[in-house]
Amino acid sequence: MDMEQVKKPLGGTVLQTAHETQEKVNNEATTRSMRKILRDGVEKVMNGVFFACGMMAIMAVLLITGYMVVAGLPAIGEIGVTEFLFGTQWASTAAEPKFGILPFILTSVWGTLGAILIGVPVGLLTAVFLAKVASPEVAAVVRPAVELLAGIPSVVYGLIGMMVLVPAMMDIFNLNNGTCLLAAILVLAIMILPSIISVSETALRAVPREYEEASLALGATKIETIFKVSIPAAKSGIVAGVVLGVGRAIGEAMAVMMVAGNVANMPGLFKSVTFLTTAVAKEMSYASGLQRQALFSIALVLFIFIMIINALLNFVLKKGDKHD
Amino acid sequence: MKKIIAMVLSLCLAGALLTACGSQTTEPAGDTAEATAAPTAAAEEQEEAAALSGTVTTGGSTSVEKVVGAFIEAFMQANPDVDVTYDPTGSSAGITGASEETLDIGLSSRALKDEEAQSGLTGTTFALDGIAIIVNNENTVEDLTLEQIKGLATGEISNWSEVGGPDAPVVLIGREAGSGTRDGFESIVDVEDVCKYEQELNSTGGVIAAVASNPNAFGYASLSAVEDTVKAVTVGGVAATEETVQDGTYQIQRPFVFVTKDGVEQSEAVKAFMEFALSADAADLIRNAGAVPLA
Repeated sequence: MDMEQVKKPLGGTVLQTAHETQEKVNNEATTRSMRKILRDGVEKVMNGVFFACGMMAIMAVLLITGYMVVAGLPAIGEIGVTEFLFGTQWASTAAEPKFGILPFILTSVWGTLGAILIGVPVGLLTAVFLAKVASPEVAAVVRPAVELLAGIPSVVYGLIGMMVLVPAMMDIFNLNNGTCLLAAILVLAIMILPSIISVSETALRAVPREYEEASLALGATKIETIFKVSIPAAKSGIVAGVVLGVGRAIGEAMAVMMVAGNVANMPGLFKSVTFLTTAVAKEMSYASGLQRQALFSIALVLFIFIMIINALLNFVLKKGDKHD
Repeated sequence: MKKIIAMVLSLCLAGALLTACGSQTTEPAGDTAEATAAPTAAAEEQEEAAALSGTVTTGGSTSVEKVVGAFIEAFMQANPDVDVTYDPTGSSAGITGASEETLDIGLSSRALKDEEAQSGLTGTTFALDGIAIIVNNENTVEDLTLEQIKGLATGEISNWSEVGGPDAPVVLIGREAGSGTRDGFESIVDVEDVCKYEQELNSTGGVIAAVASNPNAFGYASLSAVEDTVKAVTVGGVAATEETVQDGTYQIQRPFVFVTKDGVEQSEAVKAFMEFALSADAADLIRNAGAVPLA
C-alpha cells in the first residue's frame, strides 16, 4: 500500500520544477525510509516477541520434563522398578513402608476405559445428532449446553458427585460406602463428553456432502448413511476426540478425588480406589522423605502415560491427513 | 500499528503480572489465621529481644507442623535476625536429632519414653493434640471405649449393633498417609497400619463432610474442627473438649513436645524461641493451628 502512495506523486512530478521535484523526492525518500525503518523495526520486535512466546512454551515443557525425571527417578531406583510398578501394596507411612503403585496404574487404566465405554457412544451419538440430525433451532440449544459442560470446573463435578452421586450409589447398589470406582467412572464419562462431542462434530461436518448424497441416491436411508458413510469417513477425527477424552480422563484429579474414596485398593467397581493423579494429590501436603520422592515418581509415571497418549493423538491426526 | 502497540502493551502488562505473582510466592506461606494472630505476640517479643540473632534448628514430628510453623512465623517476624528452621522428619528422627545435637530442639508428638528420658533428654510439652471420634448424626451410639474404637477401626467390629448402635455396617473414613491427625489417631488407639479405611481424604473438612453424608460412617478429626454436622462421641464417658484434654481425662490425646539435651549450652535465640512458644501469647497461635494449648 505504501509503495502505491509513493509512486503516484512521483508520476506527477513532470510538470514541476527540478528544484521542487528534487525536494519532494528527498522528502518522500526520508518519509519512506523512516517508515521502512519503523516497519522493519516493528517486524523485528514482533518476530522476537513471537519467538520468545514460542520459547516460553518449549522452556516450560523442557523444564517440567527435566524436573519430573530428576525428581522421579531416585525413588524408583531406591524402591526398585519392578517393586514400584508391579507391587500391589501402597503403605507409604507404615513402619515397613511399601511403595507398589500397580493398584493406582490399574485403577487409572480401568477408570479411563470405563469412562470411554460410557462416554464415547453417548458423545458420538450427540455429535451425529448435532451435525446431521438436529434442526438448526435444536442444535442452537444443545451446542451451547455442551460447550458449557466443557467450561464447568472439575471441582464442581467433584462436588456434585460427592453430594449427589455418592449417596445415590449407596442407595442404588446397596453399598456401605458410596465412594467407588463406578462413581469416578460416571463423573469422568460426563467430563470427557465435551471434547468427544466437539471434535467428532467438526469431523462429521467435514465429510464431503457428495459421499452422503451418493449413499442416499443409492437408496440407503438417512440412518444407514450416517453409520455406514459419514462416521467411517470421519473416523480419524472421531478417534482424535476419543484420545483427547482419554487424556482428560487420565489426568483428572480433583473431581476423582472427591468421589473415588482414595484407598489404595486394587480396582473393583464398588471398591474405594486411588487413581495415579489422586495418589499424588492426596498425600503431597504432609509427605516427607522417600514417601515424597515416591509421589514424584508416580507423577513421572503419569507423565509418561500422558506423553504416550499425546504421541498416539499425533499419530492418529497424521494418519488422518494422509487419508484425506 | 495501533494494534501492534496494544499488543506490546498488553504483553508488558502480562509480564508485570507474572513478576508480581513471582514475588508473592517468595513471601512466607502461612494461614491467614496464623498471620492475624501473630502481631500481638510479635509486638511484645520485639521489645524484650530486639537484638537477638542466630539460628534455631528444629525438626521431627510432622504432626506439629502447623503449630510450630505458626510459632516460627510469629517469632521470626519479631526477631528478623533469627533464622528458625523446621525439618519434618518424624518424631523419632526429632528425638534422635536432639540427642545427637544435630538439632537445637527436637520435636516429638509423643511423650519421651523412659529410656529416652534417662539418656539425658528433657521433654517440654508445649501443646496438646485432642482428636475427636465423630459419627453421623443419625447414629445412636453415644459412647465408645478405646477398646471398641480399636475394634471398629481394624474391622473386628463390623456392625454398629455390636457397640450398642443401629444394625448397620461400620465404615471408617480417615485421613491420608502422612497426616498428623491420622498418625495421632492410629498411634493412640494402637491401630497403626491395620486400619480398614473405606475412604481416605486429605482434609479434616473432607472427613467431616463425608461422615456427615454417610449414616454408617465414623471418622476422626482435630478437636477444633468438629461442628454440628457430625456427632462427637464420648470416649470412656468423657466428652472431647479443650478442658478434658487439658486435664488429661480425655484419652485420645497426645502431647507435642520440645526435646532438648541436658547439659548443652543453648544459644539465646534457642532459649527465646522456647520461651516464646511456652508463653501465654502462644496460646492463640496453638488454637488457630488446631491444637490445644496447655492449661
